[in-house]
Amino acid sequence: MKLDPNAIREKLGIGEDKVYGVIGEFDDPHELVHAGRQIRQMGYTKLDAMTPFPVHGIEDALGIRRSILGWIVICVGLCGTATAFLLIWYCGAINDKFVIGGKPLFDFTFSIPIAFELTVLFSAFASFLGMWALNGLPRLYHPSMNYRDAHRASDDKFLLVIEADDPQFEARRAAEHLRSVGAGAVEVVEG
Amino acid sequence: MSEVAITQNPQLMEVNPPLVRAKDYHDLTEQISSIVEGDVIKTPRKYWITLGITSSITILLAAMLTYLVSTGIGVWGNNRPIGWAWDITNFVFWIGIGHAGTLISAILFLFRQKWRTSINRSAEAMTLFAVMCAGIFPLFHTGRPWRAYWLFPVPNTDLSMWQNFRSPLIWDVFAVSTYFTVSLLFWYTGLVPDLATLRDRAASKVRQVVFGILSLGWRGSARHWTNYEAAYLILAGISTPLVLSVHTIVSFDFATSVIPGWHTTIFPPYFVAGAIFSGFACVMTLLLIARWTLNLQNLITMKHLENMNKIILVTGSVVGYAYACEFFIAWYSGNIYERFTFWNRAFGPYWWAAWSMYTCNVFIPQLFWIKAMRRSIPVMFIISITTNIGMWFERFVIIVTSLHRDFLPSSWGYFRPTWVDICTFAGTIGLFLTLFLVFARFLPMIAISEVKGVLAYEKQLFKGQAVEVAAE
Repeated sequence: MKLDPNAIREKLGIGEDKVYGVIGEFDDPHELVHAGRQIRQMGYTKLDAMTPFPVHGIEDALGIRRSILGWIVICVGLCGTATAFLLIWYCGAINDKFVIGGKPLFDFTFSIPIAFELTVLFSAFASFLGMWALNGLPRLYHPSMNYRDAHRASDDKFLLVIEADDPQFEARRAAEHLRSVGAGAVEVVEG
Repeated sequence: MSEVAITQNPQLMEVNPPLVRAKDYHDLTEQISSIVEGDVIKTPRKYWITLGITSSITILLAAMLTYLVSTGIGVWGNNRPIGWAWDITNFVFWIGIGHAGTLISAILFLFRQKWRTSINRSAEAMTLFAVMCAGIFPLFHTGRPWRAYWLFPVPNTDLSMWQNFRSPLIWDVFAVSTYFTVSLLFWYTGLVPDLATLRDRAASKVRQVVFGILSLGWRGSARHWTNYEAAYLILAGISTPLVLSVHTIVSFDFATSVIPGWHTTIFPPYFVAGAIFSGFACVMTLLLIARWTLNLQNLITMKHLENMNKIILVTGSVVGYAYACEFFIAWYSGNIYERFTFWNRAFGPYWWAAWSMYTCNVFIPQLFWIKAMRRSIPVMFIISITTNIGMWFERFVIIVTSLHRDFLPSSWGYFRPTWVDICTFAGTIGLFLTLFLVFARFLPMIAISEVKGVLAYEKQLFKGQAVEVAAE
């Protein structure tokens, strides 16, 4: 099979003529939240931030909704509870009726410890895998890596992104807006 | 420790000194990452010498286990009436040590204790390594470790029956394996943002590829952090009852039997308190060494150490209360076997083990009532070690003294460990230290992103004053 680089670029949405967005750089988390709120008030909707640690208040400033992870976890966790009860019931009372010490073949009470452990185990996998799935990770490439200082988003810089698919997006104006809210360095980033 | 003079808010600094002393975020990244980034060949020679010693002890473990499997379980000293001797003592000891890691990472997180961030990563790693050491003992105690899948409800034709789900032993299999898995997921989740930091700083191709894969493409997007924090909170929320359940179920292994000295309802809380007590002591031992060798005084401050000593004092006192309560109930029950067991525990052939335990666990930690003792590094180092000696003796006393003289004097006995018992236990200490040394060299042992969060908070709290590095 022959790989066509252009087709791959097209599929991933990368190429020289594509723009990912405009990134503005801040030195302080409070400045970032403040700037994010102002940018959103200008009418931008496709916003993101990249920060070295969770900055509280940024979700609210950029209009990011609360994570739905909790709902996924509780559903999967309850499946874990059910799995434990069904397993113990099937093994003890259906598949192999083996009486030990005259005790009942199945009972709710002696199943509780294992039901609890499997609930926790299933919930842990749901929150771990669910978190990566909701984040669209793992992935090997993201256009934000083209930003000159992208590596500092995991160190000491706080980046605010106006993405190119924002209906109001116009690279030059977006850059000016970011500068007007106090971004130290602003750059248009290729997709 | 000399504190840097702060002009504004002197009272605040007095009452609540900063937990993180660093110039800025970059300084923190630099300090923590540089520990793991240097050229492997240039690692100080004392590291390689220590690693050489600990890995030699680990080879001893491998040799002992090979000898055990090829000869038979009889090379250990367990025999009637003491069927659970050193191996189960060591199992409970190691599992207990692990509990502090989860307590620090999960319970203190739920209580929003900001001081946990400097110590949680290494405590979680300690949990994983301790549980690995713990798992070795029941696995080899079965005598045929290659049949270990019989412990799980796996359909197979050679067993032709299911596990007895009424038994706490199978609950224990579920509890310990769940505990290890959840601790691993929790630890890795916490590690990903820091792995991304290491990826972004990587100078060599190998490091770029390795950390690029391990960090899963993490880029610190606000959307990522929202889901990440939800996942972290949920993992902390489920780990909290999990850690309490693990030692509760371990104590059920004893408490549901009819042996005097085991058959008591106080066991679950007593075991959990003891586990946290020994685990904090073990974290303290490791952290004091790391803090000293890696110069982490600005991140692991006296306040962190003092807080940990307070927890050691509280849990040690809870353990002391449990001992007293057991004696009271033995007398109050009026049961002659119960009374005999406790009298025999303190004044019988194993009096030396019992009194080592009372001294190390109950009396010595009381020194921490005195502030100067809580803040003295040599004192806390010694107490952290005596506590672990005491907690090992606690498990030994519970298991061996309760079993060695049961209802019939004709079946009484006296347990002596064999050289294989001793070398196997020493070997697990070697394995534990080897894994910890490798971890400390190759992965960030302080959670960079979390400590930065605390620094941001304190910058705000102290109104932008320079919180400078204090000289020790």
